[in-house]
Amino acid sequence: MVSDKLTKAILLSSSLIVLIISAGIVFSLAGGSIPAFKEFGFKFIFTNEWNPTEGHEIYGALPFITGTLITSILSLIICIPLAFSTSLFTAEYFRNTKASGIISSLVDLLAGIPSIVYGLWGFYTLRPLIINLGLSDQGFGIFTSSIILAIMILPYATSMSTEIITMVPEELKEAAYSLGATRLEVIFNVIIPNARSGIIASYVLALGRAIGETMAVTMLIGNSNTVPSGLFAPGNTMASIIANQFGEASGLKLSSLIAIGLLLFAITGIVNSIGKFIIKKLV
Amino acid sequence: MKKIIFSFTLFAILVSCNSGGKKTASDDKKVSLTSAGATFPMPFYNLAFKKYGEKTGTYINYGGIGSGGGIRSLRDKVVDFGASDAFLSDKELSEMPSEVIHIPTCMGAVVIAYNLPGVDNLKMTPELLEKIFMGAITQWNDSKIKAVNSGLNLPDIRITVVYRSDGSGTTNIFSDYMSKVSSQWKEKIGVGKSLNWPVGIGAKGNPGVAGTISQSVGSVGYIGSEYAFSQKIQYVRVQNSSGNYINPDIKTVSLAAKGQIASDTRTMVTNSTDPDAYPISGFTWIILYKEQSYNGRSFAQAESIVKFLEWLIGPDAQAIAESVNYASLPPEVSALAMHILRTVTFDGKPVLN
Repeated sequence: MVSDKLTKAILLSSSLIVLIISAGIVFSLAGGSIPAFKEFGFKFIFTNEWNPTEGHEIYGALPFITGTLITSILSLIICIPLAFSTSLFTAEYFRNTKASGIISSLVDLLAGIPSIVYGLWGFYTLRPLIINLGLSDQGFGIFTSSIILAIMILPYATSMSTEIITMVPEELKEAAYSLGATRLEVIFNVIIPNARSGIIASYVLALGRAIGETMAVTMLIGNSNTVPSGLFAPGNTMASIIANQFGEASGLKLSSLIAIGLLLFAITGIVNSIGKFIIKKLV
Repeated sequence: MKKIIFSFTLFAILVSCNSGGKKTASDDKKVSLTSAGATFPMPFYNLAFKKYGEKTGTYINYGGIGSGGGIRSLRDKVVDFGASDAFLSDKELSEMPSEVIHIPTCMGAVVIAYNLPGVDNLKMTPELLEKIFMGAITQWNDSKIKAVNSGLNLPDIRITVVYRSDGSGTTNIFSDYMSKVSSQWKEKIGVGKSLNWPVGIGAKGNPGVAGTISQSVGSVGYIGSEYAFSQKIQYVRVQNSSGNYINPDIKTVSLAAKGQIASDTRTMVTNSTDPDAYPISGFTWIILYKEQSYNGRSFAQAESIVKFLEWLIGPDAQAIAESVNYASLPPEVSALAMHILRTVTFDGKPVLN
């Protein structure tokens, strides 16, 4: 069949394009970061200093690596209880009701809001709230950014786990009910064991999204280029420092920023493989 | 299957449309130039470039990608001219493929904005600026601030320093000034488009810093004058080298250019000796190659660039600059810029007669 062959060719070429693009990204990032790694070696990853002043130039990625990891993991911790309850609500407790339809479309709607809008909301609404609660002086910092990130990744964590929970075979649940199991027992002994890998995969996807988020974080994290001293202290993330300083960077600084990009790429890769590993273990 | 073929045809049609569009643009009689660089003069350039296009048919695109980007674009020869808030260092000049000249186009300043409700007319000395921005003074009712502002009722609020998190010519001018007036600053922080700040919070761009200041009581930061003047924001009077407290406006900024300007205009005019000048002022430049015959460019292209720059430093364009809150070039500097513009050549012959 001609159409069959054509489809095959199209599918092959588009997957090849993905491969070429990722290889190109790694290649140009690695090439661009050579001067930084030559200058600082592997100390680059563990140096807690970012001094762009001529004559005193020292670049280290540690503040940004810690900032990225802390904000994204904290946001996931805040997000999981919300996402898990929401997906149980829409996929199990109130399945096929109007309420669940409304809630799941609202959650999907969250994904469509531009990150700058989240950033502005955080800046004008959440930040004053944090100041008024007396949690920090100016409201900028790790905690504020993590809350915004948690809201931003909520739809990714929720939508997919909802789908997975819906896919748990009806027969299994009915069998459990017929044995006299309560709803909670069904959830913990039938639904979760069956949907576990898919639910975790959706959280990994959400974590990847939190790691790469830039604009909203830049507006709220305080952009101070040191390892954060506490939950309410300002810090900075890898994506945010690149967005902030790439425009005017040159020479060693440019190379260091590209090296941070490479590390970000690597961290995202590691997070995804950990996720895959967990899924494999659990299946 | 039909759908796939349909979308492919659609794609092919779209692609051919696009290339067709390009062709007509280049066939057009209208000259179009490309430029990129500093974001600081963008409001001025956008307005001036548009007016010039309407007047002469020479249309100029400007990409506000930052001074560093402007320099890179010129080096890679992807723009007709670049724009930068910081002049090229001798090292940067030597890395360019051929000789580059600087044309100053207007002046701006860095204002020290603050948020203290009910506290107007705050004054600051260079020493206070150093102590606040380096974290040595942490409260607004510090005796050192009170000593300079005797009539003011300063509250017992913590000072929050706000700085630019992105690389910026504004930071460059501010740190250049601070290094001139404070040896401690020069030694510990230095000069640059981005710095290693000991205290404070970073925000992106002038809007980010201005927004953070206006939302945070007790904050203080530096903002480009072109942005500060167009916003309702409180800013301090800074003591200049003659001991006078000067309010930044387009007149006091323009005065800063009185004095010694290098023959290639590569001068930072911060901490001016003029008794009425605002001390944290600076030029912004357009940079281009002195020899315009490169990459197969035509004489007409070279001529249109030089003619345009001649207009840009002339009175018409300078009035536009003032209308969007930039200080105009003083006559001496305009004359110097004109002199430099006359040195632009095409195949060794001057473009302007």
